[in-house]
Amino acid sequence: MARVTFQEERCKGCQLCLPVCPKNIISMTAQINSMGYHPAGVKEQDKCTGCALCALVCPDMVIEVEREERSV
Amino acid sequence: MKKVFTRPKTLKDVAYHYCPGCTHGIAHRLIAEVIDELGIQNTTIGMTSVGCSVFTMEYFDMDMVQASHGRAPAVATGIKRVLPDRIIFTYQGDGDLAAIGTGEFVHAAARGENITVIFINNAVYGMTGGQMAPTTLMGQVTKTTPFGRSKEVNGFPVKVCEMLTPLEGAAYLARVSVHSPKSIIQAKKVIKKSFEVQMEGLGFSLVEVLSTCPTNWGLSPLESVKWLEDNMIPYYPLGEFKKPGVLA
Ligand SMILES: Cc1ncc(C[n+]2csc(CCOP(=O)(O)OP(=O)(O)O)c2C)c(N)n1
Ligand code: SF4
Ligand code: SF4
Ligand code: SF4
Ligand SMILES: [Mg+2]
Repeated sequence: MARVTFQEERCKGCQLCLPVCPKNIISMTAQINSMGYHPAGVKEQDKCTGCALCALVCPDMVIEVEREERSV
Repeated sequence: MKKVFTRPKTLKDVAYHYCPGCTHGIAHRLIAEVIDELGIQNTTIGMTSVGCSVFTMEYFDMDMVQASHGRAPAVATGIKRVLPDRIIFTYQGDGDLAAIGTGEFVHAAARGENITVIFINNAVYGMTGGQMAPTTLMGQVTKTTPFGRSKEVNGFPVKVCEMLTPLEGAAYLARVSVHSPKSIIQAKKVIKKSFEVQMEGLGFSLVEVLSTCPTNWGLSPLESVKWLEDNMIPYYPLGEFKKPGVLA
């Protein structure tokens, strides 16, 4: 289980997070934030693995990633 | 669930003023993550320079000094000598460091000042509107090289790490990039090492970070990371150019 959260008001619509997602679930949404950008978001949250590659490349720290801790 | 990625605590919870896709933001975050991991937020003092990153003190939650254009290594020298137990770093662009500030960083390295320089090479003067920098690539079109940089008129791009390598006072010199997940992970390791070199008292350290300026390159953020990879890395190879024997 993993969850990725986009702080839409901070997104500048740069799209750098799109191609790095191995599950290809990030896209630009239709809404417009107060800076005038279309923020990025995920459609199929359940496919997210919590790899955090999207957050790693986001220059504006829009993305937070949570993941279930693995019990060993 | 456990947070596996969140904002480092050394960065204030405010939005950057940088353009969309500008990788100054990634470089800031990596420095803040390193400061968090080393537990030195309360003992570190940063020097901001003149360029797009002039407002860096609005973002880092720690003591910062704003130095005049190019002079950050001189200010850092003074502070480190008065407060040797503090961790001192400068954050400088290529216009700031490699043009107007050439005297300061070269001599800080030559003296072996125990400070860390984070040098953001985006091959252009970003803040002032995209003029040629000393690091602008051959043939690169900028506001002041509308037909591309030429060796006859503009001379050759400056390779800062390579240039400092022969100086005995330079202890750690490395070039990294922030254009891809892999390069970002490597960049953080190198920035951490540069701080550790200072904490061990081993001398001058400099990390050159290849960075994008989508606005002045006239490219989209995605085109910019590709342009960096295809054009900057071949001329500015990544790697460690010099490291103290104890780290080898
Ligand atoms: C003494 C002085 N000369 C010139 C300037 C104008 N100036 C402001 S920023 C800058 C260059 C910034 O380029 P760089 O250091 O590469 O930073 P970037 O914006 O690209 O991150 C210049 C020449 C100034 N502020 N002060
Ligand atoms: S955490 Fe990984 S899988 Fe989830 S959205 Fe980000 S890049 Fe895609
Ligand atoms: S990388 Fe960050 S700022 Fe850019 S589109 Fe994705 S979430 Fe938005
Ligand atoms: S002008 Fe260039 S360096 Fe400055 S914030 Fe914009 S993209 Fe970044
Ligand atoms: Mg620059």
